[in-house]
Amino acid sequence: MEQAKHVAHDHYDAEASKIGMWLFIFTELLLFGVLFVIYSVYRYINHDAFLLAAGELDTTVGAVNTVILLISSMTIAMSTTSLQKRNKLLTLLLTGVTLVLGVVFLVNKYFEWGSKFEHGIWPGSEYLIENLSQGEILFFGLYFIMTGLHALHIIIGLVLIVVVMWKVYTGKVYAERAALLDNSGLYWHLVDIIWIFLFPLFYLIH
Amino acid sequence: MENEKHHIVPYRLYLFVLVALLALTFLSIAITEIDLGSLTVAGALVLASIKAYLVLKYFMHLKYDKPYIVSMVVFVFAIFIVTVIVTFLDYLYR
Amino acid sequence: MNSTSVANEANYLKYRGKYKGLLGWIFSTDHKRIGLLYLYSMATMFSVGLLLGLAMKLELLAPGKTIMEAQTYNATFTVHGVIMIFMVVVPGLPAVFGNFLLPIMIGAKDVAFPKLNLLSWWFYVAGVFLVLSAILFGPGTPDTGWTFYAPYSFKTGTNLLPAIFGAFILGFSSILTGLNFLVTIHRLRCPGLKWTKLPLFVWTLYGTAWIQLLATPVVGITLVLVALERIFGVGVFDPALGGDPILYQHLFWIYSHPAVYIMILPAMGAISEIIPTFAQKHIFGYKAIIASTMAIAFVGYLVWGHHMFTAGMSGTAQYYFSLLTFLVAIPSAIKVFNWISTMYKGSINVQTPFLWAASFIFVFMIGGLSGLVLGALAANIYVHDTAFVVAHFHYIVFGGTGFAFFAAIHYWFPKIFGRMYDKTWANTGWLLFFIGFVTLYSPMFYLGMMGMPRRYYDYLQEFHGGNILSTIGSWVLVTGFVIVIVNLVRSVRKGPKAEMNPWHGKTLEWTVPSPPPLENFDEIPVIEENDGPYNY
Repeated sequence: MEQAKHVAHDHYDAEASKIGMWLFIFTELLLFGVLFVIYSVYRYINHDAFLLAAGELDTTVGAVNTVILLISSMTIAMSTTSLQKRNKLLTLLLTGVTLVLGVVFLVNKYFEWGSKFEHGIWPGSEYLIENLSQGEILFFGLYFIMTGLHALHIIIGLVLIVVVMWKVYTGKVYAERAALLDNSGLYWHLVDIIWIFLFPLFYLIH
Repeated sequence: MENEKHHIVPYRLYLFVLVALLALTFLSIAITEIDLGSLTVAGALVLASIKAYLVLKYFMHLKYDKPYIVSMVVFVFAIFIVTVIVTFLDYLYR
Repeated sequence: MNSTSVANEANYLKYRGKYKGLLGWIFSTDHKRIGLLYLYSMATMFSVGLLLGLAMKLELLAPGKTIMEAQTYNATFTVHGVIMIFMVVVPGLPAVFGNFLLPIMIGAKDVAFPKLNLLSWWFYVAGVFLVLSAILFGPGTPDTGWTFYAPYSFKTGTNLLPAIFGAFILGFSSILTGLNFLVTIHRLRCPGLKWTKLPLFVWTLYGTAWIQLLATPVVGITLVLVALERIFGVGVFDPALGGDPILYQHLFWIYSHPAVYIMILPAMGAISEIIPTFAQKHIFGYKAIIASTMAIAFVGYLVWGHHMFTAGMSGTAQYYFSLLTFLVAIPSAIKVFNWISTMYKGSINVQTPFLWAASFIFVFMIGGLSGLVLGALAANIYVHDTAFVVAHFHYIVFGGTGFAFFAAIHYWFPKIFGRMYDKTWANTGWLLFFIGFVTLYSPMFYLGMMGMPRRYYDYLQEFHGGNILSTIGSWVLVTGFVIVIVNLVRSVRKGPKAEMNPWHGKTLEWTVPSPPPLENFDEIPVIEENDGPYNY
């Protein structure tokens, strides 16, 4: 049997990984898109109940989280510039800010969910099913599913950012090989875009 | 296939976009405080769409990308909207 | 580069990389080996699904209980459906022949992301094992049908969760394959290979990949919601809590109808390669086939509601879905017209792949035309959920994708294994398979029109004759299948050595040795202005 080394074709093609990332983002958009479809159908059917249930959510917490995410999106966008300008320290600083803001977002979310749990509101909870109307049950069901799935994406994004920071630090990601940072940025912005729509749909119904 | 040269976006631009995004956020909060009936939702969604557009165009660099990536993004959003419309053909007329 | 030429002295079946033996296969990032991994795993699953189908037909040999109870029958058709849809026809031609041929057909050394490609096969295996675990362990085999319809899917006491997560992971595998192919086609075409010079199989893979990418996440999240419903009782699809089960059907079919096109488009692509080769003629209407491929992919995304005509949709939605369903028939008919026109006045070389391809056109037309019966609102209410539907989609999915798959394996077998199979046995196998197929499914059209419902283990005495005929057909089909498989498996080792281009094809895969070397090409080919995939 002849022996030969399979030469890996991992030649660096930034354009290919960018398209790959965009295609992946499309799948994520449709994933959340379905939830938005479900949301709009049930909101259409249970208009008043959705208004009533949304009153339980705190607009201020939602707004604070929106601001946090927008700023974190800007810092990671800026970090792609600083990487191109070969400023390693600033790149680490900017991605670090994104990381911290992402964690703050999750902490806020934790307290927000916690206060719902204290009121006996969680998916399939007794309080929910016995005291609230069908529309309100659906609203809170969707609230937990959609913000929960979004939080899961934040966590994945944070893990990605940690990896990128490590690779920037060790010099594996640099101006000519920026795809990993660029793509993590794209992913983070996607999470941002989804929140941009979640915020008015859940917190701004009056 | 050479790797295309990166377009370096100035920090300033990102800051402007952020300011615009924050302004739109507060605008949407303000708008939904006023009772505009069914227009409230429409207003909030339009503002959210503008915000998403800004994020896509500047933060996600679509402004500097090749046209075919832009057309893919447009196509995906279009097919999603069509899907929503078709689904509502059922619910609106049931 | 020196290492490249060393690597290219060995063909892809023989070279030894980091690992040897089986490990050298299951950890290989070579697109050709991954294609074969898919082939072997899918052939295994197909055989399991086939046995289950055979068991169902045996049950229906006589009215009343023949070999199994009603509950067993429900579990059997569920598992048969889940295996055949999610593990066989959805990965189907793209995973096997797409992986093997796409890079070679566009003059590349591999796909864009080889590691991701291997990962998607691993996801496939994980999904398979998850689904199998639902069958083997737990409080009972899933009995919901492969559609997992709400609300029964969260009321049934059977072990549904692993099956749902398995289907979810299989979907992930499908998405990764699609993503990989799209990037590969965009970035790795060899110099001079313009979009208008791509082989049609590549074009259909492109259309398919888009559907895989845009439709699969829909079913993914829907299945997650069913799982959440089972675990927490969120209420999203539960009518008792205000949910709408019809919304589940919408979301399920938003994926599962385009999934039919995931199955059939690459099949059409393979047929579009085979017909011109055996007619030794330029394909008729190259651009029309591309346009119809894209039209099918696009319009096919928007017709899902025709699975739900009796579910309680609004009348407006029904008119819309019925109209668009009829529109989808047009691009499909364009393709049939093009294939026939390609054969017209060609010097047809009747070989096994051609026989499979020609019978594909035959069964595909019956399947497609019976689809129009189902797409018409009034007729649909009459035959909904009857054996007619079962006959229709088996003619399309099994007759379409299945026959194209066998056409493709007989067409590319000499390229893949470097050996030729025994043609007499191959043709005998085809004939029995074809006769068995028609005998198996044709009576079901009649039975359905007479009112025999699907998914019942029992039927009225008046349906006995048709069912006997159908069951006999299943035996003939399986005999043909066994002959085909034994012939192919035997030929992998014992067949005579195949030439580089036994059928005189013009696409790039016929310019490399059989079996192809590890890196496909010593030098990346360059396509000249006058070259083309069908220039005979």
